[in-house]
Amino acid sequence: MNNPIIQLKDLSKCYGTKKAVDKLNLDIHPGEIFGLLGPNGAGKTTSILMMLGLTEPTSGTATVCGYDATRNPLDVKKLVGYLPDNVGFYPDMTALENLCFIANINGIDDQDAAKSAQDLLDTVGLNHAANNKTRTFSRGMKQRLGLAEVLIKKPKVVILDEPTLGIDPSGVNEFLELIQRLSKDQNLTVLMSSHHLHQVQRVCDRVGIFVDGKMIVDGPIETLAEKLQINEGFKTIIQLADKNIDAIQLEKLLKSISGFRSISFDKDVLSIYSDRDITAEAVKTLVYQEASIVFVQRNGYSLDDIYAKYFDNKNLRDEK
Amino acid sequence: MKSKTNIFKSHVSHSSMEKSGIIPLAMKVLIKKEIASHIRSWRFIILMALIILTFGASLFVSFSGLKDTINNAQDPDSAYVYLKLLTLSDNSIPPFHVFLNFLAPLLGIALGFDAINSEHNSGTLTRLVAQPLYRDNLLLAKFFAPLIIVSTMLTALVMLMIGAGIISTGISIELQEIVRIIGFIAVTILYVGFWLSLAIFLSIVFRQGATSAMTAIGVWLFFTIFFPIVINFVVRPFIPNPNYISEQEYLAWHELILNLMRLSPSQLYTDATTSILMPSVRSLGPVSMEQMIAAIPSPLSFIDSIMIVWPQLTGITAGMMICFALSYFVFMRREIRC
Repeated sequence: MNNPIIQLKDLSKCYGTKKAVDKLNLDIHPGEIFGLLGPNGAGKTTSILMMLGLTEPTSGTATVCGYDATRNPLDVKKLVGYLPDNVGFYPDMTALENLCFIANINGIDDQDAAKSAQDLLDTVGLNHAANNKTRTFSRGMKQRLGLAEVLIKKPKVVILDEPTLGIDPSGVNEFLELIQRLSKDQNLTVLMSSHHLHQVQRVCDRVGIFVDGKMIVDGPIETLAEKLQINEGFKTIIQLADKNIDAIQLEKLLKSISGFRSISFDKDVLSIYSDRDITAEAVKTLVYQEASIVFVQRNGYSLDDIYAKYFDNKNLRDEK
Repeated sequence: MKSKTNIFKSHVSHSSMEKSGIIPLAMKVLIKKEIASHIRSWRFIILMALIILTFGASLFVSFSGLKDTINNAQDPDSAYVYLKLLTLSDNSIPPFHVFLNFLAPLLGIALGFDAINSEHNSGTLTRLVAQPLYRDNLLLAKFFAPLIIVSTMLTALVMLMIGAGIISTGISIELQEIVRIIGFIAVTILYVGFWLSLAIFLSIVFRQGATSAMTAIGVWLFFTIFFPIVINFVVRPFIPNPNYISEQEYLAWHELILNLMRLSPSQLYTDATTSILMPSVRSLGPVSMEQMIAAIPSPLSFIDSIMIVWPQLTGITAGMMICFALSYFVFMRREIRC
């Protein structure tokens, strides 16, 4: 089972002289939820289109489910469900009709199609609107109908392009939980592109950060965070109730903790930088000094930091 | 790995594009959906009302003048009552086949101008091309679905006409007439097909439905109204005074004008329908007196009539195919994103 289900090798795409995707290498294994992160225009959609054989790569290969996406797009499309970021439906057809239409194209006969369409509408929570024309649907409903449509052909791989765009926060939660549950239940491989870090962070097993057509880093979120922390060190923020603190005294005491790098004071807020996580020891020290602590924040594995770091790097490159 | 292939196999056998006959399954589904959405659209209902109205009006006129025509022994076509019904007119309104010269392009354009770009703009095209179907199936479905509707409608109308004619006159229809009427319907479908494929091509090229509709209507207006004017305008000044040139030369000039006119599809359609619906038409150009000598004014056989307009028919077909090939060329490798 260790054969990657999606395998990209040196995948490149140029539009004129602009490189939209530059030598992308990526392996995604069955059952994984992979998050493709990057700013707008980073080449996420282009990569996805190449995986589906909807556009031809300038060089390199995309192998999906054992088929070359450029040479055998039809075989790939049979096994891959794709939800584009701007999904639309035939406005004059009902949700059920739209689903059955796609099912029929995939060679499922009318009876089976109607049955599984009904089941899927239940799954995505649209059974109350099954016989409504899709022109009345809200963005969130369309997105859920899109997911049902993707699943109706019983795919092995599901590719979602910006699935959370334009849905309200509670809708996003529901939607992502649904994706996670479906992925577990049906052993689906999910590739999700997004520029919303927090959302992706919650459901993805692994993420890749994609900037300017290049995959800068990929791996589980924890290891990404570690990579980041090693460079920048750990940061602990402590807020005290008392504004009159003896800064020099405190610094002297904290210095004795191994791994301590520096400290900065901003009125009643201390920011402690260190090589390893010394939050507990620092708090202990302060408490012995009878400082009244009102707030402690340990800088954890936040994707925001990771993201910001790579974006900062990108900005630095641009400045050069 | 073995288990994996087994999964694939069971899946594929369940939902692959099994070819059922000549038409792939996916295309059948697409055509079905296209027809359904066309029939339900207001656009189609209005067009149909328009065509039924003109058909009714021209039929009414031809019915009222039918008696005189049948009794006219001078007219070699007078035996063909049902062909007369389609072509007869008292000049208050044009006969049906001349009406169709205007309406068929409108029909083709209206049913095709937003074929691809509306799908693109509503976001359904991306979903569609991500399904396991060939892109040319999509184009063919967009082309055949309207043609199926149009041919059904035309056939139904003409059969109604024949039925009404049989009831009111009691004259039975001849085989020659049936063949010619089928030929007329076929040529009309071909002509609609030309405009349809042009409209589909424009719908691929232009992202906005309005732009492609305006362009298609512009082409249509150019060919029906401006093209004859332009040809006359350009060629007339070069024709010498008829008094100073031989009859042959004069005829040659007219032949030239006529041939230039035939660059317009509507001229080709007029030629084709005239010859098919009027069995006595022997030539589409000027005929000299020498050629007419000893000719018996009798109707031609259907094959002979077809022979006369064979170049016209191939011309329309070629035009249609060129437009379709262009759309194919533009669409097949295009990257589709929202």
